[in-house]
Amino acid sequence: MPLRHWLAAFEPIADDAAVRPLRVGAEDWRRLAEDVAASGGRLLALWGQDATAGRPAVFAAYQTAAGLWIAELVCDAPAVADDPYPGLQDLYPFAGRMQRAIRDLHGLRSTDPDHRPWLRHAPGEAYEFVRVEGDGVHEIPVGPVHAGIIEPGHFRFSVVGEKVLRLEQRLGFAHKGIERRFLEFAALDGSRLAARVSGDSAVAYSWAYCIALESQWGVRIPRRAQWLRALALELERIANHLGDLGALGNDAGFAFGLTQFSRLKEQVLRATEHALGQRYAMDWVVPGGVSRELPPDAATALDRCLAEVGAESVVLRGIYEEHAGVRDRFTGTGAIAPDLAARLGLTGLAGRASGQVQDLRRDLRFPPYEELRPAIGGAVSGDVAARVAVRFDELLESCRLGRRILAQLPGGDLRVAVVAPAPAAFGVGAVEGWRGPVLVALATAAGGRIRRCHPHDPSWQNWPALEHAVIDNIVPDFPLINKSFNLSYSGHDL
Amino acid sequence: MLKTLRQIQRTGIVTEPVPAPDPTLRIRAVLEQRILGILGRALAIRMVDAGSCNGCELEVNALTNPIYNIEGLGVHFVASPRHADLLLVSGPVTTAMRDPLLRVYEATPDPKLVVAIGDCGRDGGVFGCGGPSLGAVANVIPVDVVVPGCPPSPNRLLAGILAALDASAALDVRQEGGGRAE
Repeated sequence: MPLRHWLAAFEPIADDAAVRPLRVGAEDWRRLAEDVAASGGRLLALWGQDATAGRPAVFAAYQTAAGLWIAELVCDAPAVADDPYPGLQDLYPFAGRMQRAIRDLHGLRSTDPDHRPWLRHAPGEAYEFVRVEGDGVHEIPVGPVHAGIIEPGHFRFSVVGEKVLRLEQRLGFAHKGIERRFLEFAALDGSRLAARVSGDSAVAYSWAYCIALESQWGVRIPRRAQWLRALALELERIANHLGDLGALGNDAGFAFGLTQFSRLKEQVLRATEHALGQRYAMDWVVPGGVSRELPPDAATALDRCLAEVGAESVVLRGIYEEHAGVRDRFTGTGAIAPDLAARLGLTGLAGRASGQVQDLRRDLRFPPYEELRPAIGGAVSGDVAARVAVRFDELLESCRLGRRILAQLPGGDLRVAVVAPAPAAFGVGAVEGWRGPVLVALATAAGGRIRRCHPHDPSWQNWPALEHAVIDNIVPDFPLINKSFNLSYSGHDL
Repeated sequence: MLKTLRQIQRTGIVTEPVPAPDPTLRIRAVLEQRILGILGRALAIRMVDAGSCNGCELEVNALTNPIYNIEGLGVHFVASPRHADLLLVSGPVTTAMRDPLLRVYEATPDPKLVVAIGDCGRDGGVFGCGGPSLGAVANVIPVDVVVPGCPPSPNRLLAGILAALDASAALDVRQEGGGRAE
């Protein structure tokens, strides 16, 4: 069925209006998923709710050429146990884990075969890893406590000699009940928690949260606030790319890279602190706008910093590209070819490095990006070198965008007053964070309370793809491959 | 190679002075004097993320940049608790990380120090304490020093780590009647 058929039934998602999800039955739930996939659309997020949020239901957020769509499959409580809803894993392979998480958190079961727990770890309960058998195959278990300064998670490698035959991830160690915790926040205060879903993407999450809230409450924020939010988002992208480019050099045995890039990152963080009040802008984006005015000299200082970081990064890029050892480690390592990336639904910067050139800043055209028109690049080799190249491109483009925002920053108010309207409502916000598309779905209740909030991290899509990226690589290259994706545990584990 | 050397030469030394230890971060008045006697300032740290949002890890990583240059102080991060003198733990501790954290604590040789970092390591922070969040690190293992902040800046982290280390600061605290009670 062509997608047009569904368009008639959907209400398009507008900037300043609440969203009414398209309510579908089990059959249409499947057909819609098939039609979106056939039209080249993608599944952005899949989440559930139980009776505590009204009634049990499963939601899907799709992005198509026509925009962002939300579908809701109502699961009547008595039928839940013996009548599972149709799974989507064959169409969107990453959906399997989301469905397992829905079962852990809300008890709703899909028709897909894998029902192992995902986010919920019962104490003492054994997890059934897939066993690889054959001559000389052995397993290497890693984590949940990792050797470096990173988040907790478990990796099970099946290897022959040095070669990885299979990697299986076991996540959920950072599961701290964020979705339930949202219910204890007033909707106006929820951006604080949203910012901490994944600390490295604080601006992306708090902005997506605020769009979800402001759209359903009919709040129009000042133009100046939109531009300042974009400034913070680009600074977040710059800081993370700098950090990862340094760490990637280090993982390739080139400590010089770490030293240089971590120095540049520190410069950006300090300039950010001076301008926005925090090194990591955790509480900068708030409902109605942004939290404070830039100090008088901040724009000049920030502009100088971005100019310098951009220029230094060009020099460092040249050094990375000319360094034989670094090139040898980056090239061909952890590759995901474009056709596999499309099938796996690889997203964000990793997707763009494998030929999946999508970016919400361009594709959803939300303000101020429809004016800023960021250049969205990509690569096709899909290896560590491609992800490094995409990071360099995006780093330089974000420096340019940041400087343009500073030069053309509109005047006016920073923030408008936000008052909770009486009726319950639902809204969705989606922002392209540095890692990929971040989506927040928010249902508010009368009195400005949160009825249900689901923050979605692009890591859900990319963690399973990482399992593919390491196949046939050697174990010592895993840290390098892993860092080139740098996925979030906390944003995924919730 | 020439470009690399030129860049190193152009960058020069960017390391900044060390912040003073902050004894007010210490929640145990009496530290393991044995540790301080043995170590002086050479310290091996094992970082454990017990369920954080990853914000604290970003700032811990910043400690190793050339500006804070924690290795220049003789402090370094190690890959195994068996090599560690001090555990740096971010929170909130999740139910899934409770046992791994206890095992790390047990695997760290005595005498040992524990520094809990971030508002979440202190009391669960924005995530609170309930359901799968067990809140403060001190709810699971004994803690010597707490460095609050969301996330705490590298300088605050350094002040906290040095507070755990500095024997003279320990004496000061005792003379003033001790830090906060545990």
